[in-house]
Amino acid sequence: MTIEEVRQIILNILADIAPDEDISSIDDNTKLRDQIDLDSMDFLDIVMELRKRFNIEVPEKDYEHLATMAGCVSYLTPLLKDRPLAS
Amino acid sequence: MRYDTIVIGAGLSGLAAGIRLAMFDKKVCIVEKHVELGGLNSFYVRKNRTFDVGLHAMTNFTAKGVRSSPLGKLLKQLRFSHDDFRLCQQEMSEIRFPEKTLCFTNEFEFMRQEVAEQFPDQIDGFNKLVEKILVFDELDLDDGNRIMSRPVLESFINDPVLIDMLFCPLMYYGNARVGDMDFYQFVIMFKSIFIEGFSKPEGGMHYILNLMADKFKELGGELKMGSGVKTINSSQGTVGSVTLENEEELATETVLSSMGYVETLSRCEPELAETETYETGQVSFMESLFVVDKEPRDLGYDRSIVFFSTQQKFDYKVPEDLIDISSGVLCCTNNFQYPEPPKEGLIRLTNLASFGKWDSLVRKDYIAAKKEWRGRALEALFTFFPDFSDNVVFLDSFTPKTIKKYTGHINGAVYGSPEKIKNGKTPVKNLYICGTDQGFLGIIGATLSGISMANLHLLR
Repeated sequence: MTIEEVRQIILNILADIAPDEDISSIDDNTKLRDQIDLDSMDFLDIVMELRKRFNIEVPEKDYEHLATMAGCVSYLTPLLKDRPLAS
Repeated sequence: MRYDTIVIGAGLSGLAAGIRLAMFDKKVCIVEKHVELGGLNSFYVRKNRTFDVGLHAMTNFTAKGVRSSPLGKLLKQLRFSHDDFRLCQQEMSEIRFPEKTLCFTNEFEFMRQEVAEQFPDQIDGFNKLVEKILVFDELDLDDGNRIMSRPVLESFINDPVLIDMLFCPLMYYGNARVGDMDFYQFVIMFKSIFIEGFSKPEGGMHYILNLMADKFKELGGELKMGSGVKTINSSQGTVGSVTLENEEELATETVLSSMGYVETLSRCEPELAETETYETGQVSFMESLFVVDKEPRDLGYDRSIVFFSTQQKFDYKVPEDLIDISSGVLCCTNNFQYPEPPKEGLIRLTNLASFGKWDSLVRKDYIAAKKEWRGRALEALFTFFPDFSDNVVFLDSFTPKTIKKYTGHINGAVYGSPEKIKNGKTPVKNLYICGTDQGFLGIIGATLSGISMANLHLLR
């Protein structure tokens, strides 16, 4: 998976978690929770979606890496680089 | 075949928990005793008409886009869009006492103004109470110190009529305790009714219930209707299976039960010592439904919901008679902002009722008593409101006994036990509770209860 593809899978997860939210204008370096009003319940959902879709376990100590889009991409790209883009 | 979780009860909390679990690929089965969905917020069909039972409206209305509110959280967690629920807001509701009335809408400032006009010497105290409510963390799952509401209200407000007027809707829509209310529950109810407000789904409660059940099934969840639980089987304090009334045994890793705390413990095998020591709820209601041949507003009923007391002092208690006709709730289903008006007029009248009194009647007397007390309740109502008895084309009533029969809740206790189990735990490992006895209130509260217990105990 390329960096751009990893970014897209995060967007897909966010679109599923927050169907009423506009995610097209997300800024990669601003905290996600400041842009689309995510709370701790939603972060749990992101983590569980990663587990469900890609079998990736994000330990609680690493949640801070998921705070921004840029953080998500740099944390997840090494874990996903050998995977094909899921359907 | 072994389930990850068996959820007991296909009411709002059970369905919500089921959706969360199925969403993350858990093998989950919801078992429901009744043949219809909904539990305490169900519906029934008579003569081709579908009637909602349970709450008259949904509380906690917030607009589309508000995501930090209970409704916003619920939609997000269950992955519904606000539009999916097709919510139609109330017009105006009212608290009517002998000498005072307070109206309220879904705009809280309107109510604040009403209090200022009706109780000018109390508005400063009222505003301070509201400040306290807004900063209070009512969703803290730790039990902490118990604070009761009446002393808190009395420290801000010294007119007992205003205190009772504030209590009336909040108690009627969610208080399991007689006389007073836990303060955190008062805060939950104040926010959900006065600060947020009422709406109804277009298509009634069964529309939302079907929406949730469909989502649950689409996600791969299994739903067994007409499947009451006979026993919850454990060994060495850990649940291993559930036996249904038809003797079918379902193996499972965990159980989440919405049937009530004592109701759940009393089905555990081997028996638990704790079952006997826990307080059961007593608060229940009689409700009569009147289909009328005009729009209720043309009969002088223009409010969405009216909470009334025919006496200066409002008493929230288990009545000594079969029902208490001195106070009640009147709901005109038509007076919500539907895109198209409902086909018929419907007025619902709810009064506090005693399960024990109703349960002691033999069938013949029970039927006669329903008719008699419906008449008495109407008579008391018509001292306060216009008479619509010539316009009734269909009527029906249900009692605490009816509620017990269909929901299995002891005493037909609509709001469960006054003692809530906020963390959802039981003496049995891997057996948790959600719903009425866990402590979040109302339709939205029950749904959030299922979500939060699933998140806390079954998804981590």
